[in-house]
Amino acid sequence: MSRLPPTIRVQHEDFDLSAESRALTQGRADIGAVVSFTGLCRDEAGTLSALELEHYPGMAEAEIRRIGEEAIARFGLIGLTAIHRFGKIAPGGQIVLVIATAPHRQAAFDGASFMMDYLKTSAPFWKKEHLTDSTTGDWVSAKDADDRARAKWR
Amino acid sequence: MTKLVYFAWVRERIGKGEEEIDLPGHVKTAGDLIAHLATLGEEYENALQFPKAIRVAINQEHVEHDEPIAGAREIGLFPPMTGG
Repeated sequence: MSRLPPTIRVQHEDFDLSAESRALTQGRADIGAVVSFTGLCRDEAGTLSALELEHYPGMAEAEIRRIGEEAIARFGLIGLTAIHRFGKIAPGGQIVLVIATAPHRQAAFDGASFMMDYLKTSAPFWKKEHLTDSTTGDWVSAKDADDRARAKWR
Repeated sequence: MTKLVYFAWVRERIGKGEEEIDLPGHVKTAGDLIAHLATLGEEYENALQFPKAIRVAINQEHVEHDEPIAGAREIGLFPPMTGG
């Protein structure tokens, strides 16, 4: 089984799940499972006009790559794609994509879940709220639940 | 000179995204750096008044506050991350 290096992208541009999934699977016959997660911007009951995502250029890619390489090794993934957007994203817009491929489903589910739990707490991104009343809201606070989700993988 | 980079509300409160500064000899760890910066003025004090809320990266890798900073090319200070 030949493993692919992870595809990691940090970009403002939107992404296409089906194209990214196809890029991981085309021309291969050893993949039995593809699991994807797409994170979207919620409107928070109509109060949010956009999320503005700030990132640490360079470190954002490097940290996601470190997490991705650990996921590949730990779960025996065949392929992994992680794309995280930055800049202003309106409700309904896509923020993050993770796709994991593996011979069997459990490794692909676990790989994608591990990636998201680590990405949320370790990848250097910060969300600021813009509100529909034209004011700028607060920076989103880190959640204890996200730390607990990450801790379960130790 | 050490390059410092700031993000999110740490950047907003300090009022700049990056700077290069000379550090006194007693500043040996990431935690020392936070304590030293907090003495440089009201905006720094406001950004860094709760040191436990500040995360540190040296040369773009996460470190704990007791990590030595000797030889660091770039040190990032920022709040807990909220990506994903």
